[in-house]
Amino acid sequence: MAKTDAVPVLELAGIGKEFGAIRALHDVDMQILPGEVVGLMGDNGAGKSTLVKIIAGNFRPSHGEIRFAGSAVQFNRPVDARAVGIEVVYQDLALSDNLTAAANVFLGRELKRKFGPIALLDHKAMAARALELFGELRSETRPDDLVKQMSGGQRQAVAIARTRLSNARLVMMDEPTAAISVRQVEQVLGLIHRLKEQGVAVMLISHRMPDVFAVCDRVVVMRRGEKRADKPIHQTSPEEVTALITGAKEAA
Amino acid sequence: MAMPLESPITFSNVGRIRWWQRGIFASQTGYVLLALAALLVIMHFASPYFFTEGNMQNVAKNFSFIAIATLGVTFVIITGGIDLSVGSMMCFSAMITSMVMTELSAPGSAAGSLFVHMAADGKTVLANVPGLILLVSILAGLGVALIAGLLNGFCIAVLGLSPFVTTLGMLSIVRGLGYVVSNGRGSFPGGPDADYFYAATSGDVFGVPVPFIYLVILALAMAVVLHHTSFGRHVFALGGNEKAAELTGIPVVRVKVEVYVICALAAGLQGIIISGWLGSAPANMATSYELNVIAAAVIGGANLAGGIGGPLGAIVGCVLLEVIRNGLVLAQVSSYWQQTLVGVIIILAVLVDRIRSRMT
Repeated sequence: MAKTDAVPVLELAGIGKEFGAIRALHDVDMQILPGEVVGLMGDNGAGKSTLVKIIAGNFRPSHGEIRFAGSAVQFNRPVDARAVGIEVVYQDLALSDNLTAAANVFLGRELKRKFGPIALLDHKAMAARALELFGELRSETRPDDLVKQMSGGQRQAVAIARTRLSNARLVMMDEPTAAISVRQVEQVLGLIHRLKEQGVAVMLISHRMPDVFAVCDRVVVMRRGEKRADKPIHQTSPEEVTALITGAKEAA
Repeated sequence: MAMPLESPITFSNVGRIRWWQRGIFASQTGYVLLALAALLVIMHFASPYFFTEGNMQNVAKNFSFIAIATLGVTFVIITGGIDLSVGSMMCFSAMITSMVMTELSAPGSAAGSLFVHMAADGKTVLANVPGLILLVSILAGLGVALIAGLLNGFCIAVLGLSPFVTTLGMLSIVRGLGYVVSNGRGSFPGGPDADYFYAATSGDVFGVPVPFIYLVILALAMAVVLHHTSFGRHVFALGGNEKAAELTGIPVVRVKVEVYVICALAAGLQGIIISGWLGSAPANMATSYELNVIAAAVIGGANLAGGIGGPLGAIVGCVLLEVIRNGLVLAQVSSYWQQTLVGVIIILAVLVDRIRSRMT
């Protein structure tokens, strides 16, 4: 996968969204290239989640167009977004507590073995693949353990492992480092680097400035439903980004 | 492409969950099973009649009469729903089955002439194809259950009504329809296939009651479906975290409709079997059985909050209820105590589970 590929994985043009009288997003343009890590920052209510949900297919935008790998797409359901190669790691992780780690990783796309007309789950293959993925993430997570009994970092690993199953071309992570230990933050950031190496575009939605500056190539700042800044990371500073988030600086 | 199961990770900080803290040993089903075993031992010493062949057959038959419906409702409970219409459904399916059977067995009637004819003596009715009437009438009984289940599922999954309210309504609708079609009189299986019907519902094979055999087959099938198919996995996922299930692309609506259909079909089948044992399908048959069925499922470890449950639990719950009932009779305690005791056990079982989950 060539990094010089000029076609952006994702291109947003004039995206807007209204909920009744509330304007949640207004005229957002954005591009993400393959293998690029973009940090999406903003205060609560700045429109980050709405933007993510539009890209993930949870909402239809009221205005504007989404182009994926050069062609216009319309997502009616999250499944549509997944089908083209957009994966989301949700903040609340969207895991089923009562299932095992492997079951959660493969939820909705279980591996099966055919026995005549009946397709039964291939537990062994799923456990092996899940263990491999956890190994890649360097997470000490046993595929057969219930998610209920896991730590925050392990849950994160399960949720991220899920995105690695499919050949996702864009992975959006909603606050992946918010609820985990320092050591596990390192692991998650390491994973983001590994996704990047493989040409996967990553959008990191985070409040944690150090994390964004550690892994992102570019940072996008949202405020009051609008994009206020879109800068390569080496041309900005945490101070400037903070000023943009709080509104001390209007735009950059 | 062989994938090495050898761990690429070292588990230095994460211990293995001990065997007694996982699987059945850590479940409500597990210790209710223990309680049941203890109860059986006590019963053995309390009454010499308890472990006689006759009594065992009786117990097996009696709990089979609610256990199949309990399997069905367990599916619904695992998804976090509830189905209150199972009692009415049992009655309605049984009634339709025996009415269709009687109707098809009347030589003069429009439908009947296709299936039966008079024998040479002018009195005995003969079926053209033996067993065909039975098959058609059972399919008719299950057919109405299917429709009711689809309606339940449609209202709950598509329209988004609460399962409690929807199935409470269905309870009344189906019971009412039962009175309407029968005029409140109930119906009896009749005609040339009636003997097959009784054999298929209340007979026994080598001393084992037929309903018990059905139960075992269905329970095994259910275990396979729940733990070894993607449908079963989705049922659990739905009960564990419905939002997550939806986000990961599980067809939530379809799975929900399917579990209500399964539940209704199980209830219908159960009703047909009960009517074979009763020899009729009275209009007030199986009234309030939904409570026994749900109680059995809950005692057996199905969690009304969703995500937990299984066929073993459903059966254990039914057996426990039946053994208590049977035991009270053998101990010559007034049978009125049964209901009180069942209530106590429901609360105890859930309480013990709560205490256990606090401890670990």
